[in-house]
Amino acid sequence: MADEVVLLDFWPSPFGMRIRITLAEKGIKYEYKEEDLRNKSPLLLQSNPVHKKIPVLIHNGKPICESLIAVQYIEDVWSNRNPLLPSDPYHRAQARFWADYVDKKVYDLGRKIWTSKGEEQEAAKKEFVEALKLLEEQLGDKTYFGGDNFGFVDIALVPFYTWFKAYETFGNFNIESECPKFIAWVKRCLQKESVSKSLPDPHKVYEFVVEIRKRIGIE
Amino acid sequence: MATNKEELSLLGVIGSPFVCRVQIALKLKGIEYKFLQENMANKSELLLKYNPVHKKIPVFVHNEKPIAESLIIIEYIDETWNQNPILPSHPYQKALARFWSKFIDDKVVGAAWKAFMTVDEKEREKNTEEVLEALQFLENEIKDKFFGGEEIGLVDIAAVFIAFWVPIFQEIGGLRLFPSDKFPKLYEWSQELINHPVVKEVLPPRDPVFAFFKARYESLVASK
Repeated sequence: MADEVVLLDFWPSPFGMRIRITLAEKGIKYEYKEEDLRNKSPLLLQSNPVHKKIPVLIHNGKPICESLIAVQYIEDVWSNRNPLLPSDPYHRAQARFWADYVDKKVYDLGRKIWTSKGEEQEAAKKEFVEALKLLEEQLGDKTYFGGDNFGFVDIALVPFYTWFKAYETFGNFNIESECPKFIAWVKRCLQKESVSKSLPDPHKVYEFVVEIRKRIGIE
Repeated sequence: MATNKEELSLLGVIGSPFVCRVQIALKLKGIEYKFLQENMANKSELLLKYNPVHKKIPVFVHNEKPIAESLIIIEYIDETWNQNPILPSHPYQKALARFWSKFIDDKVVGAAWKAFMTVDEKEREKNTEEVLEALQFLENEIKDKFFGGEEIGLVDIAAVFIAFWVPIFQEIGGLRLFPSDKFPKLYEWSQELINHPVVKEVLPPRDPVFAFFKARYESLVASK
């Protein structure tokens, strides 16, 4: 019996992108369902009654919510292909730690940059750059955060690149000049088909953010 | 496999629910370790060296290799020592255990603390509502003796905050955060948990913890 895999998603979501990349890395066929977040489908509400959010991975009818939990689930089920987490428990713990760090810092700080102004925005920009620099330090001379192989932390982090044009434009700063090693790592990731085919055009994301800002009344 | 050559230490403070989680996991596995009491007002060199990113406790150190973040530490312990498994082995059950543990961290812990450590009525109401909503989901989720089934698992360990600390906040602040009449199953679960032989041994004595949080609350009230 073939596996039935469905992904409830929203195209600009970096969290959804994480799952898209993982499914591509593992060569898993799935059905992509685009959600309208202002009119959530019954399937979404039924699959994620607790948070009512995307992404939701549905495997043979069973929903898995929260992007990093879904990525680890895919890793656990399709364990024989392309491992995304190290086999050693200590290195696995480190990978989980840094993916958690990305969750704690990158999304919220990025959001502050495009939604706030003045001092609040300046503080967010500063913290954001500091976070990227810390991640650059973590990366060191490695090809990927996973070492020679693209892995869990790379997957957790690379989707946020699609939002950089939006952050840079509204924050009035240039990320590459502050964090060149970070951007070099992004470019390496983009050479992988699983990544390039899963990420939308940053320009499209930027246009989306322009729309949202109008809609929520940010000048 | 723990041998005499293993160097295990846990940096923490007695009375922290996050440290307690790790201690439960270690006790469940029968692992011996050194407890290094930290003073959060004056963090040790060791803490700053082992958790430079967040500078928080708990930090578990295994042969000089540090791991931070309580739930990450527990998964590490579970993967390193195989006796008395804490996470389910089935991938879907494992995903659910991770989901609910994260839910507790994201939806219960922050809101409960904010409901407690405030003198702003609106803040208090808003956060109390959030806690009650979150606890309702957990009330609907509990089907066996524990979230882990017949034995305690990851979610039970994560939720020790609800069983031991929330009632303390509730009592000090005169709050209605975890009413037993509203959450009968969860209340029963909490009693089973705090009386569980391993948990009972690990939980700090209630009076000093109560006194600590009462002092913090009173100094907040006095400063307003």
